[in-house]
Amino acid sequence: MNKTINPLSRQIFIMAFSLLMVYPVLWWLGASLKSNAEMSSPNIFSKNPVWSNYIDGWFAVPNYSFTHFYLNTFTLIGGVLFTTIISCSLAAFAFARLDFPLRKFWFAILLVTLMLPGQVLTVPQYVLYNWFGWINTYLPFYVPHALGSGAGGSFFIFMLVQFMRGIPKELDDSARMDGCSWFRIYWYIMMPLTKPALVTVGIFCFLWNWDDFFGQLLYINSVDKYTINLALKLFIDTQSAMPWGQMLAMSLLSVVPAVIIFFFAQKHFVEGISAGALKG
Amino acid sequence: MNSDITSSSTTIALSRKPKRWESPLAGYLFLMPWIVGILVLVAYPMVMSFYYSLTNYTILDTPEWVGFQNYSEILFEDDTFRQSLKVTLLFVLFAVPFKLLFALVVAMLLNKEIRGLSFYRTMIYFPSLIGGSIAISILWKNIFGKEGFINQLIGIFGFEGKSWINSPDTALATLILLVVWQFGSSMVIFLAGLKQIPLDLYEAASVDGADWFVKFRKITLPMLSPIILFNLVMQTITAFQMFTQAFIITKGGPINSTYVYVMYLYELGFARFQMGYASALAWILLLIIAIATALVFLSSRQWVFYENEGGK
Repeated sequence: MNKTINPLSRQIFIMAFSLLMVYPVLWWLGASLKSNAEMSSPNIFSKNPVWSNYIDGWFAVPNYSFTHFYLNTFTLIGGVLFTTIISCSLAAFAFARLDFPLRKFWFAILLVTLMLPGQVLTVPQYVLYNWFGWINTYLPFYVPHALGSGAGGSFFIFMLVQFMRGIPKELDDSARMDGCSWFRIYWYIMMPLTKPALVTVGIFCFLWNWDDFFGQLLYINSVDKYTINLALKLFIDTQSAMPWGQMLAMSLLSVVPAVIIFFFAQKHFVEGISAGALKG
Repeated sequence: MNSDITSSSTTIALSRKPKRWESPLAGYLFLMPWIVGILVLVAYPMVMSFYYSLTNYTILDTPEWVGFQNYSEILFEDDTFRQSLKVTLLFVLFAVPFKLLFALVVAMLLNKEIRGLSFYRTMIYFPSLIGGSIAISILWKNIFGKEGFINQLIGIFGFEGKSWINSPDTALATLILLVVWQFGSSMVIFLAGLKQIPLDLYEAASVDGADWFVKFRKITLPMLSPIILFNLVMQTITAFQMFTQAFIITKGGPINSTYVYVMYLYELGFARFQMGYASALAWILLLIIAIATALVFLSSRQWVFYENEGGK
């Protein structure tokens, strides 16, 4: 009665299943090298790959090449990454190490914002940023992240608090005895020790902002400031003849940075995703 | 006797004295950016959002007070609201359970000694990595189009395909499939949870002659239930807020069959600039999500097992 699934058939099943999962991606790769006429042929890879899809696609949006959109996206995300890591680690340090009135109250607020759906804030935040004159700049991305309340901010603070609580307190106690200020403890003791968690925060922050579309759609409206996502949207909207090969080529390129990050940081990934669920 | 009294009275005196905080100033200095963010970018907007929802407000002129008129209009007269709510509920009801089911089954398959585990995990996680991006939406639009990959596949078996995205009865299903395809992140969480279940539980059950199904029902499910709850809550909240895929792939159509709630909200607020009405829609969405989450938590008392409470 004590039977389990045969290991070999399990192995074969998993192999087939993972192949099925990535099959659309393989097809994507193949289709990005096809001409429109070939698009409906059942072969995955074309016999005469149209490499020019990548070049024509790169320059398909009038006046701007995709180089411009990549630089814009990196400018946006670079600022967001930097501000997120500073602001979230500051708040996390306070929650994990410092003792002050209403600490529990503020922590409860943090947990509430963790679950708050953002739509309720969309309209008034837009009105606010419009009033500040921040529409069509990257400030609606930088400023919230610098204050730890950008997308994912609460989650990052929560994750960092959990991690910092695991660092032995004796380290900062003895530094206190030696007359070290809290800021120096944060900067010279905690930050280096929190590095693994900071890397995880950085990776998630990068990917979420790379994927984010709603915010960019709302706040950026001149092509000059467009990110890759908006450029792709513009691409599919302005083409009447639908050059599928070029579109698929450009969208494939747009996920390359995310994929590179993923392959270099797999370990952090698994830990980061699980952290919220298992420790919380 | 006498010293006893004095010592106990000093303890009382001490405990009555307000607690001395170790680092009140430093605490607030470190927390200051975050608190400013919460007040200015969360608390104030929430208040304003509710205020706007009680007004007629285009961003150009000042809000005009109308009381609960927006709400009553949405709830009793607005057919588009009803349609978008129906689409969203359908989406949540199908996408979330299927996604979690796949995630759980695959996690259990991978939770064994398998050669090349990290390779498979990577392949299965891959779609989740880039899931929300425009790129994937463009891919999907192509795959399920008239001349897309799916029709080529069924063409081999002699079936004639259709444009799955342009038919009202299949458009939503293709979006659901897209989201279910991205079950990787839930799967990774399940996998981490499965690894925490002590092996001796299974060994003891084997000694008692339990088969795999009994073990699954009596050990795996209860031990994993807190994580199932976590995934269920998070995925439900996310699914209610679906936007990008519907916006890019189907643009809400055909005949509004994929017109999800947030798309309606976006269109009213930022295409027609009816910000008061859009705010009311946002609050109703918040309420719906809160109710759905509360129902999940309420039901969880029946099925979630907490070890440190000694079971139910």
